[in-house]
Parts: sequence; structure tokens; C-alpha cells
Amino acid sequence: MDFFLLSLVKAGVVAAVLLTTLAYLQWVERKVIAHIQLRMGPSRVGPHGLLQPLADVIKLITKEDLIPPHVNKFLYLLAPFLAMTMALISISIIPFGGEIEVFGTKTWMQLTDLNIGVLFILAASSMGVYGIALAGWASNNKYALLGGLRSSAQMISYELPMSLAIAAPLLLLNTLSLREIVQMQSGYAFGIVPRWSVFQGPFPQVISFFVFLIAGFAETNRIPFDLPEAENELVAGFHTEYSSMKFAAFFMAEYANMITIAAMTTILFLGGWHPIFPAAYGADFVAPLIFAIAAGVCFYHGLHPARRFDRITLPVFGFVFAAMAAAFLIPALHDALIPLFWFAAKTGFLLFVFIWIRGTLPRFRYDQLMNFAWKFLFPVALINLLVTGLMVALF
Amino acid sequence: MDVILFLAFATIAVVCGVNVVLQTHPISSAVSLIGVMGSLAVLYLLLGAEFIAAAQVIVYAGAIMVLFLFVIMLLNAGEETRRGRSRLVQFLGLPLLVTLLGLFSYLVLRLFPNASHVRFGAFQGGTPAKFGRVLFTEFLLPFEVTSVLILIAILGAIVLARKEIE
Amino acid sequence: MMTGVPLSWYLILSVVLFSLGVAGFLFRRNIITIFMSIELMLNAVNLSFVSFSYELKSVNGHLYTLFVMVVAAAEAAVGLAIILTVFKNRGTLNVDELNSLKN
Repeated sequence: MDFFLLSLVKAGVVAAVLLTTLAYLQWVERKVIAHIQLRMGPSRVGPHGLLQPLADVIKLITKEDLIPPHVNKFLYLLAPFLAMTMALISISIIPFGGEIEVFGTKTWMQLTDLNIGVLFILAASSMGVYGIALAGWASNNKYALLGGLRSSAQMISYELPMSLAIAAPLLLLNTLSLREIVQMQSGYAFGIVPRWSVFQGPFPQVISFFVFLIAGFAETNRIPFDLPEAENELVAGFHTEYSSMKFAAFFMAEYANMITIAAMTTILFLGGWHPIFPAAYGADFVAPLIFAIAAGVCFYHGLHPARRFDRITLPVFGFVFAAMAAAFLIPALHDALIPLFWFAAKTGFLLFVFIWIRGTLPRFRYDQLMNFAWKFLFPVALINLLVTGLMVALF
Repeated sequence: MDVILFLAFATIAVVCGVNVVLQTHPISSAVSLIGVMGSLAVLYLLLGAEFIAAAQVIVYAGAIMVLFLFVIMLLNAGEETRRGRSRLVQFLGLPLLVTLLGLFSYLVLRLFPNASHVRFGAFQGGTPAKFGRVLFTEFLLPFEVTSVLILIAILGAIVLARKEIE
Repeated sequence: MMTGVPLSWYLILSVVLFSLGVAGFLFRRNIITIFMSIELMLNAVNLSFVSFSYELKSVNGHLYTLFVMVVAAAEAAVGLAIILTVFKNRGTLNVDELNSLKN
């Protein structure tokens, strides 16, 4: 029963953190895009727009939930549910950190570990296609149907290079369990270079890292591969006819998929929760240093406010950051927080790359998208897999 | 726990299977078939076939059925028109099906009277590692032959589906 | 309580699904649905393969299942291409109307 209770608590914590992250990822995205385009971004609701996600949630819940006539009601309602479930289910096997001890019980910072973990992630992502395809079909709308058709063709095409890109580091790591994958990447070559798959001999997985990331963009329907929802061609693509919380479900599914792809890239290629350089050189002090600098910047700008309310809000943020920096130095929390910090930092950077590319690149044309998948990405992933296999067999 | 899981997912599989046959619209049939495949994947897990369960979801439910759905959506296949069936089929079809199933079940129970009871975790041979070892040692030739088969299928599909170049 | 499920239940489930597939194959008129009934039959056979694999404590049944999946994938690719061509030439998916070889 102890195991059951522990799992329940862990599931609750992970779900709460994940849903908050989903909401605030959208805030971060709007802010970053705004700054790329020399705008302010959300700034009215709360200090620096920090309460914007909350306002959005309230707006979406209270909106009228309409079902258009002539839709296939069962499939119309099933589609957002399916998309959301398949997007959230992958997080249950993502390891966030090593083994920790809370109140005398040892536990892993991971909901559960499967010995077919990688396949489970692939299966969940391949089932996610149905949410979009069925939404497009059930809406009984030609734009939605086109969006659904495009997305199913696109996601089948990009699943191939993605699977091949995953297979190459698995040859080096020799396991399918996500926990063991991270454990295999611990340690440092020559005492300084981390043994992550992107750096690990005999054949560093740089190519498959990029192939996986590009295919990940396509799987999550992000710019430059967002053809299923290209607004200037298809109104809003597959979710044209969805409103209220059903629309929000698609929205959250997209962000949850983004988080899964970023976390999977971190685990498969960037060594999961392992720091970028050894603790002997002071890796443990990176996190408190960053938070201390952030606190310092906040205090400085609070003393020289640009706007009136900065005089109050920025020092408050400064105190929060300073408290976080101090938390990293407390020995009891140290072992739990440091791996968590490195995992969050790598995943967060990849999520920033997602947003960065959205602010930078235009959309592909449809034939370009297919040509890119089949004539470039697929052969490159295949050759990379062959060379990796050869190197592993030889050395 | 084993019994509950088996009964739950077997029920889902049978209900979805009946739905595949009874639904007049191909999309509804396809979605029901995905339900069958998903519940079969869970049953494979109960039988200790972890790799096959994952392959079932990835290959069958995730790739083949998406292809079906894609073609149905592309052709915009409508509902099947009901044809007049003979009275005999309408009245005798269901009882005969039940009789057939009863006979088969009796046969299965007769043929395997002391078959083992399935317990989750009792058979550990279905992990990817063990599966791969047998696949690439004992079954290497069939494996290579299937790869040739796939290649032929790809070529055939391309030849059949390409646009005629005048 | 913890006795588990008799293996014959799995086999009976496999029989039920297989006969449903046969029924669909015989009664349905839409060529895509007929095709899906074949997939249902293949799935039922896979279930019995995996069940026997459990009974014999050997992984061979799993391998047959994998090969069935590969064949099903190849069959789906070719079959759906044929269906697309048929629809392009005849404009129908009903097997009753595809009878030009009869006369």
C-alpha cells in the first residue's frame, strides 16, 4: 500500500508541475516572440503579464461550448480527449532526476520506469496523430479536413526519420529504459567532456540529435512545419470548429508534446540530469550563481525603476530568486535540486529553441515539407544509423 | 487483478470488434478497429509480450490504421448503402454465429483442459533484448526475407499509386 | 484471488475476434471495411500466437507475430494503393458494383 500512496503523491506533484509549466510555457512563448518582434508582449494582467495564463484559463472555461451542426458527435468529442491524453501520458516515464530520500523513503524522481520506455514514447506520439486526424474529419468542414489530411501525412512521414534518429544513440547506450539511458551517460571522458550521446565515442550522435529535433518540430506541428494549422490557408486547420475547453485541449496537447520532445532530446542526447561539467570543477555552484545573479539584476532594476510598479514587483522577484539560490546551498535539498536544475535547464533551453525558431523561420510549402522528409532527412538518418552500427561493431 | 484487467480489456475488444462489423461508416469501423488493437496491446502486456505490445501500438495502431484513416478521408468514402438481405440470413445469422462460437469454445476447452493460468510477470521472455537475440540468430533468414517483401510492397504501392505520365 | 486467467480464455477471445472478422468480410460491401476485417482476423491470430508463446514459455510466437505485422503493413500499403486506383477508375468502393469481369 505504501507503494500505491507514494505513486499517488508523485503523480499529483508531477501533474501539478506539468500543468503549471504548460500554462506558463505559453506566457514565455508570447513574451519571447514579442521581444523578437520588438514588442512588449502580455503586460496588463498582473506584473509583467504573469497572471495572463490564469486569465486565459478563466476565459476558455467560461466561453460558450458550442458543437456545430452536422458533426459526428462521438468522434468530434473523442478527438480533443485523445490528443490531450496521448500528449500527457508520455510524461509518466520521463526521469527528472536520480534517487532521492524524502522523509525516510527512497524514491526515484520519475513516476515509473518501463523497460520499453523509448517504444512507449514512440507509441504515444504515434497515437497522438488520431486526435488531429479525427478532429479534422469529424468537424465536417473542408478546411479542417484538409488540415487533418495534411497532419496525418506529415506525421507518418516524419515518424520514420524520428525513429531512425532514436535508434542510433540506442546502439551506443544498449537499453530502452529511460532511467538506464541517463545512467549510461554519466561520467566524463578525459575528466572534462561529458559522456552524453552527442559527445560519446565511438561515433558522436550530433547528426541524429539534429534529425530528432527537426522531426520533433514536425511531430508537434510547430513552425516551420505547422501546415495542419496554417492560418492564412486553412483558417485554423484541424481545430477550426472547436471552441472553449476543447480548443484549449488541442492547445495544451501541442505544448505538452513540445515538452515531451524537449525532455526526450535531453534524455537521449544531452545526458538527462547530469551536469555539463564535473562537480569537481564546481558544477554544483552554477545553479545558485545563476539565481543569485538574477536576484542581483532584479534588485538593481528595482532601485532604478523604469516604470512605477517596478519599484515593488522587481524586489519581490529578487527575493524569490535569492531564496531559490539559498535553497540550492542547503545540504538536505542539495541532492534533489541539482539534478532537477540541470534537467530543467536543458529542457528549458530546447523549449526556448522551439520558440526562437518560431520567431525566425517562415512556413514550408507542402511539397517542400514532403521532399525534405523523404529525400533529405530519411536518407541522412539511415546513413547515420548505418555508420553508428559499423562503429559500434568495430570498436 | 489479472482477471479484472483481462475481462475489462477483452470486453472492450469484443465490443469494438462487433462495432467494426456493424458500423455502416468506414471511419467508425476504423476507430473501433483501433480500439480492438489498443486493448489487444494491453492483453499482450499481460501475457508478458512487452515488445510485441509496443510494436502492436506503433505499427498496427500507429501506422497501418493511420494509413486506412488517411485513405478513407482522402476518398471521402460515405456510408454504405443497405442492400436487401435474404430473410434466411436475417433470422439464422445470429443464432448460427453463436452456435459456431459455442462449438469453438467447447473445442478449445476440450483441447487445453490443463493449460496454465496466465499470471502477469510469470513469463519474462518477451523483453526487447531476448526478442532481438532470437530474431537475429534463429530467425535471421525470415527477417531478411520480410525486408525484401517490404521493399517489393513499397515498389508496388508506388507503381500503383503514381500519376500516369503521358 | 491471485490465480490468474486460464489460457483458454485468451484463445476463446481470439476465436471470437476471428469469427467477427470473418463475418465482416462476408457481410460488408465497402472494400475498405472488408480490408479492415482482414486486419481484425490477423489480430485475432496474433493473439493466439502470443498466448501459445506464453504456454510454451518460448519467444518464437512473438516472432511470428512480428512477421504477421510486417506482412500486414506490406499488405496495407499495396492494398490501399489498389483501392485508390480502383476508386480513381471506377468511382465506387462497393464490391457489388465492381463486376466488369462478369459479363
